[in-house]
Amino acid sequence: MTASTPRSMAGWPPPTLDPAGPFADPLHVLAWVLFGMAGIVLLLVLVALGVALFGPRRWRARLGGERLIWIGGLAFPVVVLSALLVYGLSLTGRLSDEPRPDEMRIRVTGEMWWWRVAYLDPDGREALQDANEIHIPVGRPVVLELESADVIHSLWVPRLSGKVDMIPGRRNLMRIQADAPGAYGGQCAEYCGGPHALMGLVVVAHEPADFAAWRSRRAAPAPAAAAAHPGAAVFARAGCGACHTVAGTAFNGLAGPDLSHVGARRTLGAGILPNNQGTLAGWIADSQSIKPGNRMPAYPVLTGRELREVSAWLESLE
Amino acid sequence: MVLALLTAACADKGGGPREIAGADPARGFALAERAGCAACHDLPGVAWPAGAAGPPLEGFGGRPLIAGRFPNQPDLLARWVRDAPSMAPETGMPPAPLTEAEARDVAAWLYTLE
Repeated sequence: MTASTPRSMAGWPPPTLDPAGPFADPLHVLAWVLFGMAGIVLLLVLVALGVALFGPRRWRARLGGERLIWIGGLAFPVVVLSALLVYGLSLTGRLSDEPRPDEMRIRVTGEMWWWRVAYLDPDGREALQDANEIHIPVGRPVVLELESADVIHSLWVPRLSGKVDMIPGRRNLMRIQADAPGAYGGQCAEYCGGPHALMGLVVVAHEPADFAAWRSRRAAPAPAAAAAHPGAAVFARAGCGACHTVAGTAFNGLAGPDLSHVGARRTLGAGILPNNQGTLAGWIADSQSIKPGNRMPAYPVLTGRELREVSAWLESLE
Repeated sequence: MVLALLTAACADKGGGPREIAGADPARGFALAERAGCAACHDLPGVAWPAGAAGPPLEGFGGRPLIAGRFPNQPDLLARWVRDAPSMAPETGMPPAPLTEAEARDVAAWLYTLE
């Protein structure tokens, strides 16, 4: 029995102790240091327990004295925990600095249960909208500006950074950088209700030239011919445009993910399904059987032919 | 004895799953998983998802018909898996991203479903 196997397309589950960029490295080091310290403390406590239970009377008397409480119970934790705090902050403090003018900025907004993604220009205006996939160039830091549209979410791309919460009304910052091209799996790491476990995403890192090409492709609206596809008519009749935007058409809904280039995404349903015409059709017909509780209703009003037309059209939007 | 021979001639059921020459059911299962067939079909061996847009495929190997209308024979099944609309223009099942050989692997896997 295999669980959630389609996710393996996007590197699921993402390896948690395999850093792939300079902002994940210090967290990786810190995790092992904390684990090591916790191991040492556990060992000391177990030795003390062993002595208290089975040691000679003289040792037990010393363990029972007040001095050990002051040293082991107060001084030791204060020194060790303070040192670890300072050490931890020295490793991670710079991960959430305000973006410098030369740094690329992407706003990621947590929604129940998907990710709204906007590429920002240096003035902080939205230049490009997308969903459930973050594209970055390799070898340079990218600042993610994390917000929430509803409840608390948390963005976690283990190979590129730590977890940072997305809190309604706040803007939290997180830096990511990938050293090599590839797809890096991510996941919402703060329980946000219903299908929280099915709220994934993919970070795709490109060589700089490929990234520039991707970006110019993505900035182009759907070709005029796209609007003539029979699937576009089905999309209009079923009212899909009330929630979804397709750039270059009259569909401009904002409640759901932007579908302008949905055919080019690696996954469907926020990082959970492979993306092809079949999975698109299944999602449209009855996404509730795939991701129970998500906010897109099932569409039992479409005929088989209409379902194929609309899914073929969406797949063609690359 | 005669009776046994007669009944054996009637059905190729009961002698284990039907096989398709040169096709690999294990590979077919991996292909079906990767293509995301489970987005519409409840597939034996896949815990999630179990989509409801298409019929569950448990017991498919023993079913006499494909989609309730075509004889459940290997060539037809492989074609259906790969390009259902070419057989039934009103079906909701889109063509699958599979080669002909891959579709035969998937069909071979479907015949193992008891």
